Amino acid sequence: MANLEIDFCGIKSPNPFWLASAPPSNSGYQVQKAFEQGWGGAVWKTIGAPVLNVCNRYGTIDYKGSKIIGLNNVKLISDRSVETNLKEIKEVKKNFPNHAVIVSVMVESSKEAWQDIVKRVEDTGADGFELNFGCPHGMSERGMGSAMGQVPEYTCMVTEWVMDVATRPVIVKLTPNITDIVQPARAAVKGRASAISLINTINSIMGVDLDTFRIVPDVGGKGGHGGYAGPAVKPIALHLLSAVASDPEIQKAKLPISGIGGVETWRDCVEFMLLGATSVQVCTAVMHWGFRIVEDMIDGMSNWMDEKGFKSCDEFIGKSVNRISSFGDFDLGFQTVARIDHSKCIQCNLCYIACNDAAHQCIDLKDLKLSDQTNERLWPVVREEDCVGCDLCSKVCPVDDCISMVEIETGRPHITWNELVAKKPEVLEWDKMEEYRQGANIHIH
Amino acid sequence: MAEHYKPQKYKAWELTLEERFQEYFPPLGEREAVTEANRCLYCYDAPCMVACPTHIDIPTFIKKIATGNVKGSARTILEANLLGATCSRVCPVEELCEGACVLNHDHPPIMIGRLQRYAMDYAADRKIKFFEPGKRNGLKVAVVGTGPAGLSCAGELAKLGFDVTCLEKKPLAGGLDTYGIVVFREPVEVSLSEVKMIEQLGVTVKTNVTVGKDVSFDELVKQYDAVFVSVGMGNVPALEIPGEELEGVVDGLDFIEETKIMKLDSIEFGNRVCVIGAGNTAIDCVTIARRLGAERVMIVYRRSEAEMPCYHFEYEFALKEGVSFMFLTQPIEVVGKDGKVEGLRCIRMDLGGPDASGRRVPIPVPNSEFVLPCDMVVTAIGQKKRIDILEKLTAFGVKNSKGYIVVDPETNRTEHPKIFAGGDCVRSKGEASTVMAVQDGKIAAKAIFNQLVGSTTVQQAATRK
Ligand SMILES: Cc1cc2nc3c(=O)[nH]c(=O)nc-3n(C[C@H](O)[C@H](O)[C@H](O)COP(=O)(O)OP(=O)(O)OC[C@H]3O[C@@H](n4cnc5c(N)ncnc54)[C@H](O)[C@@H]3O)c2cc1C
Ligand SMILES: Cc1cc2nc3c(=O)[nH]c(=O)nc-3n(C[C@H](O)[C@H](O)[C@H](O)COP(=O)(O)O)c2cc1C
Ligand code: SF4
Repeated sequence: MANLEIDFCGIKSPNPFWLASAPPSNSGYQVQKAFEQGWGGAVWKTIGAPVLNVCNRYGTIDYKGSKIIGLNNVKLISDRSVETNLKEIKEVKKNFPNHAVIVSVMVESSKEAWQDIVKRVEDTGADGFELNFGCPHGMSERGMGSAMGQVPEYTCMVTEWVMDVATRPVIVKLTPNITDIVQPARAAVKGRASAISLINTINSIMGVDLDTFRIVPDVGGKGGHGGYAGPAVKPIALHLLSAVASDPEIQKAKLPISGIGGVETWRDCVEFMLLGATSVQVCTAVMHWGFRIVEDMIDGMSNWMDEKGFKSCDEFIGKSVNRISSFGDFDLGFQTVARIDHSKCIQCNLCYIACNDAAHQCIDLKDLKLSDQTNERLWPVVREEDCVGCDLCSKVCPVDDCISMVEIETGRPHITWNELVAKKPEVLEWDKMEEYRQGANIHIH
Repeated sequence: MAEHYKPQKYKAWELTLEERFQEYFPPLGEREAVTEANRCLYCYDAPCMVACPTHIDIPTFIKKIATGNVKGSARTILEANLLGATCSRVCPVEELCEGACVLNHDHPPIMIGRLQRYAMDYAADRKIKFFEPGKRNGLKVAVVGTGPAGLSCAGELAKLGFDVTCLEKKPLAGGLDTYGIVVFREPVEVSLSEVKMIEQLGVTVKTNVTVGKDVSFDELVKQYDAVFVSVGMGNVPALEIPGEELEGVVDGLDFIEETKIMKLDSIEFGNRVCVIGAGNTAIDCVTIARRLGAERVMIVYRRSEAEMPCYHFEYEFALKEGVSFMFLTQPIEVVGKDGKVEGLRCIRMDLGGPDASGRRVPIPVPNSEFVLPCDMVVTAIGQKKRIDILEKLTAFGVKNSKGYIVVDPETNRTEHPKIFAGGDCVRSKGEASTVMAVQDGKIAAKAIFNQLVGSTTVQQAATRK
């Protein structure tokens, strides 16, 4: 079995799987139970300012029989006193000295308040802090949470206050509700943070009830935005993670990143880690299925590592970061066409209608006489010379490996958009563009 | 409390008589239906639609179940097939839509029949009315027989504005849906509610009227602008073996009819029941005998398993019900005492070479006679041709072939311009089924409309509700 241990800016953890700061890490009972079942660490549910919660805190999106592909909440930070939480944190750390216990904190925006809570947490023996600059609801209206994270100067300032007194590592948790995530990430670096974690939840309204006209979730007849999480947010989280992980300033500062957002399986974990996360945090999946999902995370990742020959996580963390590029640097000469394997095709003809109605009308339905049935149905056939290689057909095909996108070489120049416009700025006019395409053997019908 | 999903569990000895005659498949619950509907790939140009003789837009009705538009789903079904509720229960879906489902490659197919029933039940429970009679066009059509072919034709014509009168020999309308389909497949109420729906479209249904006796074809042809003949087939033909007249020898269709309309505990049945034949009707007879409480029930069939005309799923069903099968066994005499059945004398058969239909011919094994002790013999060896009707129609120039009325498959019109026909009485080829009868009715209705009103003005006369 591969070694799953990680070192996260000095915080040791038996594996990269941590509970995110959220309801599953709300109490000593829960965190201890999670550790017993295999979780490597936990970011304690945010403690700090006094709060009062409302009822009906969740809204979900179910999709075609699958429950909770997205979860929205209007819960606040811990509604138990700081005192109670600290007592339990101390006990958990004593019972599980080798697990990562990180405490998420959020208090009003004053130096005294932040420095005071940091000192009190340090007394528990916890391994580190996470600064919650991300909650998008409830706390933000009171000038906390995302109200901090959305202003890089505040992020930097509060981080500095904390760093001035903290002796343990400090993670800054970023909000995705911002135009450019790199700005607050750099502010955290500037404020001397030890690490970054992302993402917190995304602003969202889950729906409207068609019978009652109420907003989902409904709080006594009213609703408002809440934080969106769960499997549906994973692509957004991966993008924001990759933006931070590939930023030269962050790379120079060598801050480890804890990846969060839509993690449910070991596969998700591996993806986050390939894009630069050293640890991953999970909330919604645990809220849906319980702590027991970690068993497969450990087992699955370890089997995958064995298969790939990775002995430790360091060997693959960030392995795909150097592939993150941008449109202007993509190879315009890379060409693929769709090819349908008729021995696998079940003739649902979804590819046909997708290409016809929403792509480039280059799949025909043809009588191929592939079987000895008398009234054989028509088969989808790609006219490869007209296929633009968009990949839609293979995405709608319900059969594994039936439609594959095959790389072909038709003599198109291997040049990027940036190189092209530098060399031939005239292509920015349509007639010149057409001319260039003629010469480059690019035909779009 | 939540409605719990009940997996199918059938233990005859734990159930009352009434319970044994409940619908075999429980209705799908909402969650079950939506989950199943979401499994549908929503194929383009879907093969299930082609395989359905009435070409219901199956992917569309299933999608509507998935989106929670069950009312719209029911409309989609009924627009193609007014007898969607019966068909969802009685269609041999394995042979039709579900058999064509592309998922069959490596998954179980979508449960199209049961989803259709879900949508139909939804509409029935809420008494939703989907269609209105079309604007009257002053034309009159007589429909002879109210089986699925007749009802479908009558309903479609009413939607198009015709004044339709159905004439039915029996006291209840609905044909075999009412009298012939075993109740654990389709309760009588479902068929009768379809009759009611057709009546609500303005169709007049006159029961206890036998055409050819109470009213002549001549009168109909004179009084109406068109006549649709859908008289179905007759009862079971004679076995033509000695002892057939004994008490305890029963026509299979009469036996099934009793379970449809009589109180179950008043039906007489034997303790050891032999059913002769191995078609779907034979399976129906043998399984109802079993469910009524017969201790030993068996199918006696002169050929082997491979030649049985019943659907495979029917065979499996019978095996599950505890039916024994005596293959390669030819009945040669019903033996009795005091006028009552005591046994069935049979002879063993062997299979020889193939006959004209390609099936191997059974040949008696010499000296292999034996008597099967039994107290009831049910005959289920097919249905009689309607020679009576054919003869009467010949006077109008209507042709027939091998006992079936000859029609043009495009229009279901006979040789006589005013007389159309459909359903079992024209089904000279293939397995006759309800859904094919429904389609015949539709085709004829459209042809009657085209002929009398003109295809250029085809307007969707049925107004949306
Ligand atoms: C036992 C049995 C079980 C079956 N099970 C199934 C099944 O599970 N699934 C399936 O798809 N199909 C099944 N079928 C076949 C299906 O029932 C028929 O194909 C279908 O009913 C044919 O419809 P139809 O309208 O042509 O005739 P019918 O349903 O036979 O209706 C004919 C009607 O005409 C009436 N009639 C006859 N003569 C006259 C007259 N002279 N004047 C007035 N009225 C008259 C009759 O009383 C009857 O009501 C079964 C058939 C049988 C016998
Ligand atoms: C009900 C709920 C409460 C949360 N509370 C907190 C919190 O107190 N502090 C915090 O930093 N993040 C909080 N989060 C955000 C999660 O830690 C995490 O960033 C987010 O849910 C994305 O991860 P997921 O997709 O695995 O759920 C909360 C999320 C949920 C669903
Ligand atoms: S890749 Fe795009 S353009 Fe080519 S066949 Fe598929 S859908 Fe059509």
